[in-house]
Amino acid sequence: MANQRVICEHCDCVYEKVTLAKHQKALCTRCEGVLQRYNGLSVQQRLALSVTAAVLWVFANFYPVMSISLQGLKNSATLWDSVVALSLGPITFIALVAAISIIIAPVFQLLLLIWVLSFALSGRRSPAFKLCMRWLEALRPWSMLEVCLLGAMVAVFKLAGMLDVIPGTGLFALAALSLLLIRIAGRDVRDLWDTL
Amino acid sequence: MNSPPTARELNLCLCHTCGQPCDMSAAPTECDRCGAALHWRKELSLTRTWAYLLTALAFYVPANLLPVMKTTMLGSGADSTIMSGVLEFWQHGAWDIALIIFIASIAVPGIKFVSLALLLITVQRNSQWARKERSKLFRFVELIGYWSMLDVIVVALVAALVQFRALGTIEPRLGILFFGLVVVFTMLAAMSFDPRLIWENPHNEERLDDATQR
Repeated sequence: MANQRVICEHCDCVYEKVTLAKHQKALCTRCEGVLQRYNGLSVQQRLALSVTAAVLWVFANFYPVMSISLQGLKNSATLWDSVVALSLGPITFIALVAAISIIIAPVFQLLLLIWVLSFALSGRRSPAFKLCMRWLEALRPWSMLEVCLLGAMVAVFKLAGMLDVIPGTGLFALAALSLLLIRIAGRDVRDLWDTL
Repeated sequence: MNSPPTARELNLCLCHTCGQPCDMSAAPTECDRCGAALHWRKELSLTRTWAYLLTALAFYVPANLLPVMKTTMLGSGADSTIMSGVLEFWQHGAWDIALIIFIASIAVPGIKFVSLALLLITVQRNSQWARKERSKLFRFVELIGYWSMLDVIVVALVAALVQFRALGTIEPRLGILFFGLVVVFTMLAAMSFDPRLIWENPHNEERLDDATQR
């Protein structure tokens, strides 16, 4: 019975849950925070997008994000190379933060989503469902692929002044992946609590 | 305009992990759906937010003063700080890139410090002033939070790419570590702050920071 209600996380107001139509969202009347947002994706669609994103993750991580050339010398870097570049010297800690935010958190989000959603497909809760859902919740703020995408583009411009820069396959995969993750790894995975 | 009842009035508590409204009449300590610990308000919200915020502020100084990377071209090296990177783009006419870096690296952390301090102080003074706007301000702070990681990523990529031995190399420098720490600690500060404190009514409530009783 309490589940028919929704509490505003910004100001603690209580409302009855409503069914939303396309493009609608429910706002709190007191603080104007978002209470509910329409999400049109079915479990199948979400699973399909998650698998797509996982493939893109592989491309984004194993192909160079960009390559540069200077007087005949060529060099290219993947996301992992850039994490390694940070880990040299006394600043290793920041390499860890970068690795989590651009490589580790996204891949864990995707694996957990695929795991949970493939069981949800047949209407079941996956083993360790609670744990997986809690991790999805915990990882979300630390996954920063869209920042990484903007960073890569800034780096292209930064270097373009000094030498020739060629964007690589990884950059395009990164662009598609970061957009997909915004769509599938958002808060609406919480719906699974109600439907399973 | 009268507002809807609050969860506390109905003896409900929002689970922060799964969003379920939990009935508190049996005084449960965990959400029965996802097993996360339940709190009326985030624990020690104000103290923790202040602590993270001041830590971030302390790191903000070396983050801006120390060089974030060292460029060596044909034997001659030069350190650059975040601000000098911005200025360099500006002088080369790339004002758009300069603006992006300036906003992400210097303005965003600055806005976060000012906004969070403002929210903390007004909550501590039980202010009723502009509650809706302060709620919005907090959501804005949460939204812009991680964009400051931009510079860390740029330095990482550039340092990984430009490795031409004698011809030219770029290395990350200590400043970027402090810079990353500023981002991490301001994010932790925003996460520790409980926006519901903005709406708390001073009379009929316990002291704010003790409001975490179960």
